[in-house]
Amino acid sequence: MPDAPDAPRSFQDIILRLQAYWAERGCAILQPYDMEVGAGTFHPATTLRALGPVPWTAAYVQPSRRPTDGRYGDSPNRWQHYYQYQVIIKPSPPDLQELYLGSLQAIGIDMALHDIRFVEDDWESPTLGAWGLGWEVWCDGMEVSQFTYFQQVGGHDCRPVSGELTYGLERLAMYVLGRDDGNAMPFNAPDAPIPLTYGDVFREAEAQYARWNFDTADTAMLEGHFRDAEAECRRILDQPADDPRTGRRIVMAQPAYDQAIKASHLFNLLDARGVISVTERQAYIGRVRALTKACADAFLKTPAGGWEAA
Amino acid sequence: MPDLLIELFSEEIPARMQARAAADLRRLMTDGLVEAGLTYDGAAAFATPRRLALRVDGLTDESPTRTEERRGPKADAPEKAIDGFLRSTGLSRDELEERDDKKGRVLFATVTHPGRPAADIVAEVLERTIRNFPWPKSMRWGDGPLRWVRPLRRILCILTREDGVEVVLLDVDGIAAADVTEGHRFMAPGPFRVTGFGDYERKLKRAHVVLSADERADAIWQGATNLAFASGVEVKEDKGLLAEVAGLVEWPVPLMGRIEDRFLSLPPEVLQTSMREHQKFFSAADRTGRITHFVTVANRDTADDGATILAGNGRVLSARLADAAFFWENDLRVAKAGMDEWLAKLANVTFHAKLGSQADRIERIAALAREIAPGVGADPDQAERAARLAKADLASEMVYEFPELQGVMGRYYALEAGEPEAVADAARDHYAPLGPSDTVPTDPVTVAVALADKIDTLTGFWAIDERPTGSKDPYALRRAALGVIRLVLDNRIILPLWGPMRSGFSAYGLAQPDPNDPEDFSGMAEPANLEAFLHDRLKVYLRDEGIRHDVIDACLTGDRTDDLADLVSRARALNAFLATPDGETLIQLYRRARNILTQAEDRDGVEYSYGAERALAETAEERALFDALDAASPAIDAALGAEDYAAAMAALAPLRGPIDAFFEAVQVNANSPSIRRNRLNLLSQIVRTAERIADLSRVEG
Repeated sequence: MPDAPDAPRSFQDIILRLQAYWAERGCAILQPYDMEVGAGTFHPATTLRALGPVPWTAAYVQPSRRPTDGRYGDSPNRWQHYYQYQVIIKPSPPDLQELYLGSLQAIGIDMALHDIRFVEDDWESPTLGAWGLGWEVWCDGMEVSQFTYFQQVGGHDCRPVSGELTYGLERLAMYVLGRDDGNAMPFNAPDAPIPLTYGDVFREAEAQYARWNFDTADTAMLEGHFRDAEAECRRILDQPADDPRTGRRIVMAQPAYDQAIKASHLFNLLDARGVISVTERQAYIGRVRALTKACADAFLKTPAGGWEAA
Repeated sequence: MPDLLIELFSEEIPARMQARAAADLRRLMTDGLVEAGLTYDGAAAFATPRRLALRVDGLTDESPTRTEERRGPKADAPEKAIDGFLRSTGLSRDELEERDDKKGRVLFATVTHPGRPAADIVAEVLERTIRNFPWPKSMRWGDGPLRWVRPLRRILCILTREDGVEVVLLDVDGIAAADVTEGHRFMAPGPFRVTGFGDYERKLKRAHVVLSADERADAIWQGATNLAFASGVEVKEDKGLLAEVAGLVEWPVPLMGRIEDRFLSLPPEVLQTSMREHQKFFSAADRTGRITHFVTVANRDTADDGATILAGNGRVLSARLADAAFFWENDLRVAKAGMDEWLAKLANVTFHAKLGSQADRIERIAALAREIAPGVGADPDQAERAARLAKADLASEMVYEFPELQGVMGRYYALEAGEPEAVADAARDHYAPLGPSDTVPTDPVTVAVALADKIDTLTGFWAIDERPTGSKDPYALRRAALGVIRLVLDNRIILPLWGPMRSGFSAYGLAQPDPNDPEDFSGMAEPANLEAFLHDRLKVYLRDEGIRHDVIDACLTGDRTDDLADLVSRARALNAFLATPDGETLIQLYRRARNILTQAEDRDGVEYSYGAERALAETAEERALFDALDAASPAIDAALGAEDYAAAMAALAPLRGPIDAFFEAVQVNANSPSIRRNRLNLLSQIVRTAERIADLSRVEG
């Protein structure tokens, strides 16, 4: 690699091509969710929209944070902040595999030269109370995507089933651009007036976050924030469906879900600080799951979740 | 006689499920066809990543016509009853027959069930099979209700006859059966039609799909060994990986690459595990056993002969091995410093919520290993040291990444820490044996740690009442018990287990045993229960050796039942003795003596155990029996003293003739009460003599 003269030349080129490809296939191109999340699945456009009968199609980049993966910017392929590209289509179309393979071609992977494989991988998110069946997709032995048919989210059966594609953008880009060191791969065009590498953009911040995540974050404060988010989520969901101000039925599933997302990220931060024991870990995961489950229940009582006035 | 061909074409089926699914398809279809009245000559099933296929040859064209006679109401029954019968049989009144019966004239119907065409039956059975297929895990997709392992795309179902092909009419939730399939996803995309199995298999191969998993596996192995030969290396055999990889490709193309030099200093187990688990690569080693090459199996041919694919795989491997090397170097630093960092870390790792941390567990195992050491010929200090370090690698980065390398890494790290070989070997081997056929460690230090580990596990889970029930044994306690048994027996260890077991229990604070009272298990609900569990596992284990469970029960007497080696040598001796003519007869004579004796004791309300007096013997046969018992006693004593149970059994043999003669000639229930009493006491002496070796009353006859 790269295979062809029109192959992508930069990290952002790959993102732009994916955006164009999925836009052409009719997806709503959304922007990242404006909160700290561990993976693109947490975006309400996936977690909540996978619930209920209403058709949905969206694609977006989601900056994601996994504090324990921080390596101070020194690792060639691991960062605590990274990008996922997420596609969700409900109901899953019959040609989703072919659509997906088309997207690989769109970013310059020549199917005639590479070995693409669908290798069993059952996906499960304990904090989202979600699971699905599918594969990790391998390109020449490297995992480049997760491909999942959602079966349950928030404890609810998915009917219809959503098809979810998650591309790990850094790894995919390193492969497509032929780079072993992710920090060295071009972020914008290498011949741009001011060429930037991925490392130019993120490396320093990685060191700063690693220091904060591992050693500096105030754990007592984080624990307090966790409790606050949990309480606020519950309080939001406890409100009656009918809004006294407008007299309209407004079930606040997404504001409550924001708090669940917050709690989940706070848990990840506490985990990175190493203050959560094995037993506590399970308890924390259970608390976050209870929140997302309650938000899923609430979402099904909204029009987007298929609720109709009786 | 048509041939049936079925193919269920889907998105990629997990490799591990394919073989079982093919077998299930064959079983469900052929069972269903036979049940519906069809017969066939032969059937075979196949699986690739994208398809399950079944051929059924020589299927009958239709099910046979069946007639059935049904008895109806009486001829003069009310019209309603007769109408009902007509409706249920589908016949008219004049098609019924009247016959005389005990009850009068009765109506009979002869109902004919016409045979059904094979296609109808196939359609019905296939739909049922698809809807109820026993996948270990299945899913829905899109907005349909159908479940399959991954989305089902096509159904091919045809009957092939000399005069043509019949597509079986079948529609499962919008997927209509046809005579169409597809080839390789990338090398030969697009549908094509087939006319029968031979045509199907040929066209698939032309479309770059090898239908048979065995053929794919053979091709992979052949290709891999050829590549290895050309590079002067040898592929490490790995049947599990071969089967898995054969399930990942439809068109296998093995490619061999070289591992970068900078990684060759990693332990071979690390290279092999990393390549196998992450990349599904085979390992290849040079003549010195060093792993230098890998074999990956691509799913296609390419114009550059796989160069791009191999280069990509090589880069992925290097990234993986760079991670492994990073873990290895970090681990070596901790190991060289004596591993204290890991031991401290294990204090924060929970072993089980009720059984404390891994560090607590290590502490207990170390104490047990020290206690057991003298009994197995190990140095107590070394055994304790080995136990303290044996699980240190659980905190290492490498074992966190590759849990299956626990122990293997422990050995490397112990050596790096400057520990002697015996201590390092214990780290690697103390988990063994992990099953009935796993190798049993023999080094005394390892044996001490292995026993301590297993006894701690058993007593711990016993103490918190987490015992195996039925098929549930989440903590593998049966395996631990079998491990104890095999360690003791294979190494011929004389080690009463009560000692360490009591220490094990007391370490959980559940018993404060009085050293003078071996039965003190204050705080335990059922203290002896663990010993009984061990004995049960022992019976299962010895069953394969042909030793009956009742023979072991008979040997569970006295206060040495926790000495498994002793128990087993007694059981073996008794088992062998019972198989001899002397043994067979003696057990009968023993039973006869015991029956007479217990009947008399029950009737008289006394126990005849005062010792018989020779002076009261009236007959030559009685005196001969006295002589024989007198002679047997010291011989048995001597044999038992020497723990020579075969000799003790042999010492019983001379009693056979005299006892037999005694029963022939002597009336036990004599008229004279004193002579009767004396003879009963003599029987008692026979019984007690025989029971010195085992409780023969438990032997089933």
